[in-house]
Amino acid sequence: MQRVRSSRRALRMLALAALGIGLLVSGCGPQYVLLHPKGPVGLSELHLMEFAAIAMAVIILVVFVLFGIAVVRFRDYPGNPNPYTPHWHSHKWLETLWFIIPAVILAVIAVPTVNVTYALAKLPPTKDPVVINVTSLNWKWLFEYPNQKVATVNYLYIPVGKPVLFHLTADSPMNTFWVPSLGGMEYTMPGRVLPLWLEASKPGVYWGHSGQFSGIDFEKMFFHVHAVTESKFTAWTHRLRSSAPPMTLAAYHQLLRFNTVGSESYSSFPASTWPSVSHGFTLSGGMYLLKSNNPNPTAQH
Amino acid sequence: MPAFLLYLVHTLFPPDTRQPTELGADFMILVTGIGIVFILTRYQKWRWLWREWLTTVDHKRIAIMYLIAAIAMLFRGGVDALMLRTNLALPNVRPIGALEYNEVFTTHGTIMIFFMAMPFIFALFNAVIPLQIGSRDVAFPRLNAMSYWLFAFGAILFNISFVIGGSPNAGWTGYPPLTEVAFNPGPGESYYFLSLLIAGIGTTITGINFLVTIIRMRAPGMTLMRMPMFVWSVLTTSALIIFAFPPLTVALALSLLDRTFGSSFFTLGHGGMPMMYVNLFWLFGHPEVYIVILPAFGIFSEVVPTFSKKRLFGYTTMVISLVSIMFLAYGTWVHHFFTMGAGPTVNAFFGLSTMLIAIPTGVKIFNWIFTMWGGRIRITVAMLYQMAFIPTFVVGGATGIMLSVVPADYQLHNSYWVVAHFHNVLIGGTVFGLLSGLYYWWPKMFGFILNERQGKVAFWLFVIGFWVTFLPQYLLGLEGMTRRMYTYPFGFGWHELNLISTLGAFIMGAGFLALVYNIVWSLRYGERDLTGDPWNGRTLEWSLPSPAPEYNFARIPVVHGVDEFWAMKESGDTLANHLRPQDVKTLELPKNTGMPFMLGLSFFVGGFGMTFLWWPIAIFGGLGVVACLLYAAFDYNDKKHLPADVIRHTERSWGRLQA
Ligand code: HEM
Ligand SMILES: [Cu+2]
Repeated sequence: MQRVRSSRRALRMLALAALGIGLLVSGCGPQYVLLHPKGPVGLSELHLMEFAAIAMAVIILVVFVLFGIAVVRFRDYPGNPNPYTPHWHSHKWLETLWFIIPAVILAVIAVPTVNVTYALAKLPPTKDPVVINVTSLNWKWLFEYPNQKVATVNYLYIPVGKPVLFHLTADSPMNTFWVPSLGGMEYTMPGRVLPLWLEASKPGVYWGHSGQFSGIDFEKMFFHVHAVTESKFTAWTHRLRSSAPPMTLAAYHQLLRFNTVGSESYSSFPASTWPSVSHGFTLSGGMYLLKSNNPNPTAQH
Repeated sequence: MPAFLLYLVHTLFPPDTRQPTELGADFMILVTGIGIVFILTRYQKWRWLWREWLTTVDHKRIAIMYLIAAIAMLFRGGVDALMLRTNLALPNVRPIGALEYNEVFTTHGTIMIFFMAMPFIFALFNAVIPLQIGSRDVAFPRLNAMSYWLFAFGAILFNISFVIGGSPNAGWTGYPPLTEVAFNPGPGESYYFLSLLIAGIGTTITGINFLVTIIRMRAPGMTLMRMPMFVWSVLTTSALIIFAFPPLTVALALSLLDRTFGSSFFTLGHGGMPMMYVNLFWLFGHPEVYIVILPAFGIFSEVVPTFSKKRLFGYTTMVISLVSIMFLAYGTWVHHFFTMGAGPTVNAFFGLSTMLIAIPTGVKIFNWIFTMWGGRIRITVAMLYQMAFIPTFVVGGATGIMLSVVPADYQLHNSYWVVAHFHNVLIGGTVFGLLSGLYYWWPKMFGFILNERQGKVAFWLFVIGFWVTFLPQYLLGLEGMTRRMYTYPFGFGWHELNLISTLGAFIMGAGFLALVYNIVWSLRYGERDLTGDPWNGRTLEWSLPSPAPEYNFARIPVVHGVDEFWAMKESGDTLANHLRPQDVKTLELPKNTGMPFMLGLSFFVGGFGMTFLWWPIAIFGGLGVVACLLYAAFDYNDKKHLPADVIRHTERSWGRLQA
């Protein structure tokens, strides 16, 4: 009797769980940005994530089923008809199997993991990328286009269908540069320049945010990526070059202040704002320069 | 003089410690402090407190002090968590501002790992290990007390930062450059470095102490392969501690030098490198997560056989997997920063090594299930936590595997997915394990049983609260929400899931209250444990009365196999019914000493002085440390004798002595 009741209870729990998961998954609207990538990098990362999730679902299922059976069958109640084997404590083949099951499942994940890791570390060979130098500042993003010679703050334009190579550094504590709709993140670190490539395959405006906590106004480090057609992109750079003000060193120093700003555009930028050697200690040390005229960070709130 | 006082007030209580929550905390601390002093004075308990507790070197009492500290810190960390979740319940609604939020998530993480999980596992180490291996104490009882007081004063130093001077606010990982003076001028980060350094010394000593205890102090006949599985887990944990804490100590000490003396190990000038800190931190940090999970594995390996009335399945493979986890744990740390540009080869290597460590973990899960298979499962609170642990931990491990898939981690790193993953394994694994162990060994520690009905209420609140809190956080990760934001704008679709998550956090809070009620109620009305073996246990600690006498074993047992006490019971030959008066000898036991307490206090004074760069105070504390160590080195009067008659009397009163 008890047995029947407990298995019925288990069934009810299962039904509830299924309902809950169904509800949650049906909510997979466009706000689930990781599930709706807008470029090839994000797409291959999503495919891998889904593949790993399925493999993991297999092992979760195996464990849940075995565990469920054990709990239902071997409860301690009078007259339990199932065998009681208090001295059964090892089984060579079963125990070997415990090693083999996870090993096989992990091997299945491991192969594509390695492949995609190497694949994403290289730019696609045939196309020449747009290069954007990214500097995270307290608490804003500076984007410099070394070939187009323009610069922006807190927003950027990229052409659709063309890989964009981001060079990432920081003149501030660390952040990560992340546009979830396009693909994964990478750190911006003072004193180092790290590469990351992304590509948008659909026009649109995608938001980005810093992933690494960097101080009091970290939360406000949102920026917007405008993915537009190549001709619109060129027109945009022309417009900036002709109508936006140039960025002077003084203007850059203004950006180094500990504060937040809106979007800004510049028709040029001083070369010295970007480290000339990566993996070295070439930064001007700007992040330490303005200690005296920074407002006290604790007074900011 | 007033100028000096003004300076003092301004330094100790800068504006950011004068906000409602801080003032509330000040008030609470004041009231509690006065209350404690009043009660101790009123009932003339000062001398008792000093003699029986503050100077004790008895592992069983040290265990109780660790446990009290851990539960207090669970409360503090839990209140922090509720403050964080309240702030995130609704978009753009923020009861506490960014500055305070940053302090609170930093103290939450630091406290939960270093001042809740660590003392909690040490409480169980101390309460159980000597009893399980048939020993009278740990190898170095005085060092054991030193460990405790270094931990305790480190914890106090960390906790006072909230009301005196301002808390650290750069996350529990404390990455430079954010911890540098240029970006973090207050005393907070110095508090963080110093308190973790002090507590870290204590932890390292504990690791050494238990490693030696287990290797050297086992009862005759207890070969390594006859040790209870909890002992194996503590052995491997101790080894992990000994090699994992030095990198942390180095990272913290060098950061402290950068802050206080302007050196540049991790700062940009003069060739310093922030990423070096990140490496050192995780070289500690990854083994640390196994330091807190392996004891939980050990606990379950005791609880499952006891409540399934069946021997542990796959003893040998359990040992193999513990030992391989121990080694592999040092080889995966880079998975915490795949996105710091190490290149595909390094990332692929560490992705694979991370997957590798999941294999022995999986083996353990299957072995627990097959321990239950063919058993007779009794659903007690301790067993319930284990039954919640298996499904929960499997999900947490699976989401961890997804993080070890390097390209997926590029998307998931620093998102709420990671937050959900590590709470899933830390709460579903470590906390469920510790609570299971708490209910299981509570009678042995205190001599009475925690009420099971109330325990089940607390259990369900915890488990349901846990899932309601953290399942939505996985989805928030997929929605691109990054961690450590103190608030978020409307329009990202994040608000519903955040609200649900906050709700769950309060359910867990209710679970904590139920747990405390359970303890307080049982303190008064709980069923006494008169047999010493309330659960029909299998290992030696259950062969002793509850709580065990100061000397543990009147006569050291001889061990013939795994589950020695079970075998004794099966053959009807328990220790209790064949101890003869002439078997009882006069024993030499370690003597109480105030030195460890004074040592901890000296470290505290020195640390406080260094935090505020008040050098005379720092030097005074340092001299205190030296004085205590000198005293300890030359104090040869550290043993006392316990006469055989006293022991006979005690044993007889338990009915454990033949006429
Ligand atoms: C199957 C086993 C596990 C795997 C494969 C795994 C994998 C990972 C990975 C790859 C990360 C880094 C994620 C990132 O930051 O991007 C991570 C983070 C973390 N894991 Fe696990 N993990 C496992 C088990 C555990 C256990 C048992 C614990 C602790 C009890 C744990 C605690 C943590 C913590 C605390 C963090 C993040 C810390 C932080 O960034 O603040 N993990 N895990
Ligand atoms: Cu790790």
